[in-house]
Parts: sequence; structure tokens; C-alpha cells
Amino acid sequence: MIAFWILGVILIASAMWTITAKKPVYSVVGLLAHFVALAAMYLTLSGEFLAVMQIIVYSGAILVLFLFVIALLSSGVAPFATGIDRLPKIAAPAIVVALAGLGFAIYAVGRSSVAATSGALTAAAAGPVGTAGVFGSVDDFGKALFTTYLLPFEITALILMVAVIGVVTLAGDSTPYAATEKQARAVRKSMREAIVRGGER
Amino acid sequence: MTSSLLPVALGNYIALSAVLFFMGVVGVIVRRNPLVMLMSIELMFNAANLLFMAFARAWMNNAGHIFAFLVITVAAAEAAIGLAIVVAVFRTAKHVDVDDVAMLKG
Repeated sequence: MIAFWILGVILIASAMWTITAKKPVYSVVGLLAHFVALAAMYLTLSGEFLAVMQIIVYSGAILVLFLFVIALLSSGVAPFATGIDRLPKIAAPAIVVALAGLGFAIYAVGRSSVAATSGALTAAAAGPVGTAGVFGSVDDFGKALFTTYLLPFEITALILMVAVIGVVTLAGDSTPYAATEKQARAVRKSMREAIVRGGER
Repeated sequence: MTSSLLPVALGNYIALSAVLFFMGVVGVIVRRNPLVMLMSIELMFNAANLLFMAFARAWMNNAGHIFAFLVITVAAAEAAIGLAIVVAVFRTAKHVDVDDVAMLKG
């Protein structure tokens, strides 16, 4: 129980650090702390496999992807707007959103006596984290994933394939449909000018 | 099998998840840097995941774990696509600012 409060403070503080840090790299560091604390929170909820996935996929893959993009884009130029620079312009809606969130949070705590329905919908029983065969273990998770939830799992593969094709289309060749190099240069030039015009408006 | 299986009451998890989710919303609203906006979206995904895990534990039903797993997958796909868009914009404009990308504004 004490773990919940410690991890909760870490989660909120690191999320605040992420959204307020001036440099994107610092945001990534805040997000890393957030993900590690969340993995620890999953362990307290006996989701040991999900805790491992959280570390591997989020901290290992997604954050490294962010770091690569930051490193790629920061070579020589300063491409980023820094800080919470839009805050003065939209302070009012931001405060409204924050208050709405807080209100919902208080409401949720008020309803915290959510009826505990009798569970046991899964074969595995609760047990110590790290033990084979208990709720949330790799055994339990894998059986559910490859039997009851096989179709969603397969659709996940489709989603990832669509994402890969989309990334190659977007970030591969910037002008794949231009017939000649001269046309490609013209397309790039007009796009750059259009973006500059949009920024001035 | 009651929610006393949880370390603390379920409402605490709902409240923490709501706070983290709305911190993500505020992050998307107040920042102009698209990378930090994407990170704020990740914060929202993770707030939802925390809730899935808490309810899965409260009701001893591992459908929540499966959902959290699928959400992680979708988040990975979303981050890849978003970062590809950022790179594409940077290549054409040499500057990444969401307010400048207004070609479709009309």
C-alpha cells in the first residue's frame, strides 16, 4: 500500500516534468522515469508480464525512437519551439481542462466503493508475483492471448504492418511520385514555400 | 474474490489514472513541440493502461492484461507514424512547429 503512494507521487512528478521540460531530451528522461515507475506499479498489480513488456517496448523501443528523432533533427539547427510557450495564449482552456480532470478524479475517489463482483473469470488464481501459473504470469497471459484473444492478436499484426508501410511512405522518399528529379525539386520547393506561408498567416 | 486483492481501493487507481490522463491532455494543449505532444499522448495511453491493470486485478480477469498489451502495440505504431510525420515536416520546412504546419487550414 505504501508502494502505491510512493509510485503515485513519482508518476505525477515525472509526468509534470515531461510536459514542462524545455528541451525534448529532458522530456524523454521524465517519460523514462514515468514508464519505470508504471512498470513497478504493474508489479504491485501482479501484472508481471505487462511490467516486462512496459520496460521492453516503451523504454526500450519507443523512447529510443524518440531519442533518435531528436538526435536526427537537432543536428546543427535548432528546430524546436521550447518550453510551455503556448500557455499564455490558452491558459483559460488549459485551466478548465485541468479542473475538469481534477473534478473527475475527486468524483472517482468518492465512488471508490465500486462493487467488487465475484471474479474468478480466469483459471489462474492470485499468487506471489514471479511464480509460474498464477494470475498475470507469462503462462496465464500467453494462454489467454493465444486462445480466447487470438483474433485481436492477429489484428495487432495487421496494425503493425500498416504502421510500417505508413512510416516507409512518409519518411522514405519525400517525393516518390515525381517522374524526374527536376519535378521532385519543384514539389519540394513549393511545399516548403506553402509551409512558410502557413506559418506567417 | 473481492477488490481487497488490490493494494489500495480501486478509486485511488481511478483517481491517479484520471490525473495522469489529464496531465497528458494539458501537455498536448500547451506545447507546440510535436515531439512533446507525442510524449503527452503516450502519457494518456499509459493512464488508460494503468486503469486496465487495476481493474484486471480487482476482478481477477486477465482480459485487462490483453487490452493493455494491445494498447502498448497501438502506442508503438502511433509513435512510429507520428515521428515519421515529424521527420517529413522537418525535411521540407527545416523547422518543426505545429503552428507552422497549416497548409490545409484553408
